Amino acid sequence: MTKTPLPETASQTAGPYVHIGLASEAAGLERSLSVLGACIAGPDVPGERMVIEGQILDGAGVPVTDAMFELWQGDATGKLAGSEGCASGFHGWGRTAADFETGRWRFETIKPGPIGNQAPHLALWIVARGINIGLHTRVYFDDAAEANAVDPVLLSLPEDRRASLVAQKSGDRSYRFDVHLQGNFETVFFDL
Amino acid sequence: MSGYRARDWAVQPPALTPAYKTTRLRAPSAPLVRMSEGCVPESGPVFGHGDLGPLDHDLLQNYASDGAPIGERILLHGRVMDQDARPVPGTLIEIWQANAGGRYRHRNDDYLAPLDPNFGGCGRTLSDDDGHYRFHTLRPGPYPWPNSENSWRPAHIHVSVMGSGLPQRLITQLYFEGDPLVALCPIVQAIPDKGAIDRLVARLDLEAATPFDRLAYRFDIVLRGSRATVFENKPEGM
Repeated sequence: MTKTPLPETASQTAGPYVHIGLASEAAGLERSLSVLGACIAGPDVPGERMVIEGQILDGAGVPVTDAMFELWQGDATGKLAGSEGCASGFHGWGRTAADFETGRWRFETIKPGPIGNQAPHLALWIVARGINIGLHTRVYFDDAAEANAVDPVLLSLPEDRRASLVAQKSGDRSYRFDVHLQGNFETVFFDL
Repeated sequence: MSGYRARDWAVQPPALTPAYKTTRLRAPSAPLVRMSEGCVPESGPVFGHGDLGPLDHDLLQNYASDGAPIGERILLHGRVMDQDARPVPGTLIEIWQANAGGRYRHRNDDYLAPLDPNFGGCGRTLSDDDGHYRFHTLRPGPYPWPNSENSWRPAHIHVSVMGSGLPQRLITQLYFEGDPLVALCPIVQAIPDKGAIDRLVARLDLEAATPFDRLAYRFDIVLRGSRATVFENKPEGM
């Protein structure tokens, strides 16, 4: 326990061609390996179906057109995949590529439940050209104001930055969450 | 804070590295916020061999339709460990790379080197019980990129490691021993620590070469380890 730990391997940017390895249907490969991460919650998984979508923008407000997003979440009762009691058919993990022209991205999933005292949220991990180390952020929901008000992670942030993590309801079953890498509306990114 | 050791920022590239031009508009300007105690998810997706095809780890074959791809045939192998040198088994490792001419099979890559009809450039595997992994592939070529008027990427293979929870999620690139372009590349040099750069260089491993067939390179991966004894009785990767 007192031994010096091995140094962790350094991160490098995923580059503009991350799709070949992790989202090959977007790369335009004539055929590809089977797709991993396409289904976050199977059809029999209980929960409220929802879509989370948005756009990713750089410091000049220009869409980031080569980003890849990964989503990690708990099931409708807040259980993580692989943990005891988690709904069967629930993978809790998905991947998607941002659109090559608009930087828009989208996941179909179920609304997560609270985990302990944490308000319902999705964890996002974002890589792209020009991002040296993957960015961790969180998506909360604007229709869960009460839970958000006592969420320990939101409370740890300066008040004026909390809104950057709250998705806006944009339809019956859809929410919008834009990611701003820089600027006045810069999204909060975490060191886990 | 989490059950994992804090990230060692001395060996990680900062977000803003102006010599790598694209970071100027894409690096967050606010410092990262330390996640509150106990809020970090420490489990993640678990993959089995049923998720992967039998040739997924063999880039010499998984896209070949009319013979073998052109280039230097290599075995790429190594071990996934945590910071306490314990093997991390069952970890999904995915790679992608250019072909021997330095061109990616990607709709957005229009470099003048030809595509290779027998090479896709993507592969994946799971680390075994001892943390080992292996890929059969070819050495990619260097290629120019528009960072400055004469920028060339060293030969490299992109490596994605899923790990066993969000703190262990890693994407990196491996380079090849002896390549003079490594020292000139602003993406590599974004890493402030010389030792950390050196550890991204895969070493020629002649003992693991297959005579009259392929050379071998070794690349070990160290993921963040757990703090204290939190996971003492829990195998990593589960």
